[in-house]
Amino acid sequence: MADVVVEQGQAVRAARARKPASLRNVLGRKSTVAFFLTLPLILLIALLVLYPAVYSVHLATLNKSMQKFVGFGNFLFLFKRDTFWMVVKQSCIFAVTAVFFKALIGFIVAHFVHNIPAKGQRKWRGMLLVPWVIPPAMSTLAWLWLFDPSYSAFNYTLSFFGIGPINWLGDNVWARFSVILVNIWYGAPFFMIMYLAALKSVPDQLYEAAAIDGANWWQKIWYVTLPMMRNIIAITALFSLIVTFANFDIVRILTSGGPLDQTHIFATWAFKVGIEGSDIPLGASVSLFMVPILAVAAIFILRDVSKRGNEA
Amino acid sequence: MADVALRKVVKRYDDVEAVRGIDLDIADHEFIVLVGPSGCGKSTTLRMIAGLEDISDGDIMIGGDVVNDVPPKDRDIAMVFQNYALYPHMTVAENMSFGLRLKHYPKAEIKARVTEAARLLDITDLIDRKPKQLSGGQRQRVAMGRAIVRNPKVFLFDEPLSNLDAKLRVQMRIEIKKVHQKVRTTTVYVTHDQVEAMTLADRVVVMNKGRIEQIGTPNELYHKPATRFVAGFIGSPAMNFIPCRLEDVGSTLQIRLTDRIAFPLPPARAARYNALPRTDKLLLGLRPEHLTESHAHLESGVETFDTVLDVTEPMGMETLVYFGLDGTPVCGRVNPNAGAKDGAPMRLAMDLNNMHLLNEETGVVL
Repeated sequence: MADVVVEQGQAVRAARARKPASLRNVLGRKSTVAFFLTLPLILLIALLVLYPAVYSVHLATLNKSMQKFVGFGNFLFLFKRDTFWMVVKQSCIFAVTAVFFKALIGFIVAHFVHNIPAKGQRKWRGMLLVPWVIPPAMSTLAWLWLFDPSYSAFNYTLSFFGIGPINWLGDNVWARFSVILVNIWYGAPFFMIMYLAALKSVPDQLYEAAAIDGANWWQKIWYVTLPMMRNIIAITALFSLIVTFANFDIVRILTSGGPLDQTHIFATWAFKVGIEGSDIPLGASVSLFMVPILAVAAIFILRDVSKRGNEA
Repeated sequence: MADVALRKVVKRYDDVEAVRGIDLDIADHEFIVLVGPSGCGKSTTLRMIAGLEDISDGDIMIGGDVVNDVPPKDRDIAMVFQNYALYPHMTVAENMSFGLRLKHYPKAEIKARVTEAARLLDITDLIDRKPKQLSGGQRQRVAMGRAIVRNPKVFLFDEPLSNLDAKLRVQMRIEIKKVHQKVRTTTVYVTHDQVEAMTLADRVVVMNKGRIEQIGTPNELYHKPATRFVAGFIGSPAMNFIPCRLEDVGSTLQIRLTDRIAFPLPPARAARYNALPRTDKLLLGLRPEHLTESHAHLESGVETFDTVLDVTEPMGMETLVYFGLDGTPVCGRVNPNAGAKDGAPMRLAMDLNNMHLLNEETGVVL
C-alpha cells in the first residue's frame, strides 16, 4: 500500500517536471492558441495605430529641423501662442456645436422618416443619406460656390428679401457659421440612420402603454424614446465628436482656416504649421492635443454606456 | 368604475373588415372575456375600447359617454399587454407610478397607492428592481400593478398570460380572479384560450371572423351553444359532430347515425325536433363526456352501440377513446377501469338527453 503511494507521487512529480519543457504542450494551451489567432489583428493594430501614434509622440519632442530632442519644448511654445488657444477654442465650438445639431436634426428627421409608411420609406432614407455618401471634398466644393460672396445662389436668393450680400467665408462670425453648417449638413444623415435603427427597435407597445398612462407626444419622447435610445445616442455622439474634432477637408476647402486663422481647427492648423510651415514636430504637437480632450470625453460617455448596458 | 357599451362597432383596414358591427353591453364590475381563434377581431375590439385603434363605424361608450374620438389617456382605462410593455429603464415602483406621476398626483398618495397595489400583488420585495431582473410571472404582476394603481374605470387585458408557461398560467389565472374579486373594476379580457375564458369570465363573448357568435355565462356557452362554431370552440376535447338524419319509425322519432346505428330520441328531444323536415342534413353534437362505457343500469335516453376503438389516451382520471362512425372521427370519455384498449372492440353508451342537433349547412344549433 505504501509503495503504491510513493509511486504515484513520483509519477506526478515527473509529469510536472516534463510539462513546461514540452513545446507541444505550450502550443496546445488555449491561451496560446488564442494569442496566435489574434496575432494578425495585433500586428495590424501595431502597424497602423501604435507605430504612427508612437512616431508622432516622438516627432513632437524634436526641434524644427528634427535634429535635436527638445522634450516638452514644442508644447510649452504652443501654450504661449494666442493662435493655439484660439484653435483650441474654435475646435471645441466647432465640434460641440456641430455634433449637437447633427444629433438634433438627425433625431428629428429620423422621427419623420420613421412615421413614413414602410413602402415609401426606403426612397426617403436613400435620398437623405446622399450628403453622407458624397465624398466631402466634392460636396464642400459645391458649398464653396454656394457661399461665394458675389455670384452665389445664397446671396442671390437673399437679395430678394433685401438681405445681404453676406460675406459668408470672409467675415469671421459667418465663416465659423458656414464651416459648422456644412459639417452638420454632411454629418446629420449618419445620425439620422443610426437613430432610425434605434427607433425601430423600441417596441410599439411601450408607446401604447405610455399613451394609456396619459403621456402626450413630448412625454413619450422624454420618458420612452430618449431613455430607450440613451446608449445609441451616447455612442454616436462620441463617435461623431471624434470624427468632427479631427475634421480636415471641410475647413480646408471652405476657408483654409481663414479669415485670420479664425476657423482653424486642430487638423487644419496642424497641417498649416507642420506641412505648409515646414515645422513637422510642431504640427505633430498640435495634433496630439486632440488626444487628451477626446480621451476625457470617451471615458465619461463610455462609462455611462457600460453602466446602463445591462438595463434594457 | 363604469359600464362599457359597443354599438355596431366596425373596424376596416383598407378592404378588410376586421370587426364587422359588434354590439356589446358590459355592466359595471363585470368581468367579460373576449375569446376566439386568432384573427377573429377580439384584440382589435379591445384596442378600439382602449383608443389605440380608431373605429371605422359605430360608437363606443364608457360610463355612458361616447369616447369614439377621445384619446386613450383621457378614457380613464388601464391596459395589461401580452408582453407586459414595462418601461425597461424604470424600476417596478417607477413603472407602476408612471401614470400617476404624469397626472401630478401628490407624492404621498402615489406612494400609498403603489404600496397598496404591491401588497395586493405580493411584489413588495421587488419594488426597487428593474423589469429585467424579474421573472415572467413577476413582470405580469407588475403590469397588473401598473393598471391597479391608476384605479381606472375599466381594465383591459390583452392575452396577458400567453407568454407564461402552463403552470404559471394557471397560477396567474387564479391571481387575476382574486384581484378582480377585491377591486371589482369592470374588466375586458382577451384570450384565445377557452379554458382561461371559462374560468375567469362572468360572461364570455365568443368571436369569429369579426362577429360575435354568442354571449353568455361559461355554463350557458358550454351547455347551450348557439352555433356549431361555439359548440366546437368551447370545451376540450371538442364536441363531436356526427352526420345524421331524423326518421319516423311508427310513432317514434329516431335519429340515424349510420346504416347500422339508429336510436329512438328521448321524448323531450323528440317533441323539440319533431317539426324539423326529415330531409335536412343534420349533425348530432355530442360532448365526449356523454359518450361513455356501457354498464348495467342505463337511464332512459342512454343508448348503447358496439364499435372498435382506433386509439385510446389514458389521462389518469379518465381515458379518451377515439373511433370512427362511417369515417367521422369521434371521441369518448370512459372510466380508466373500463378496459379500453387500442384496436379492441368496446360497447359504448351515448347519452341522448344531452345531445345537440345542428343544421349542417347553417351551423345553427336547433
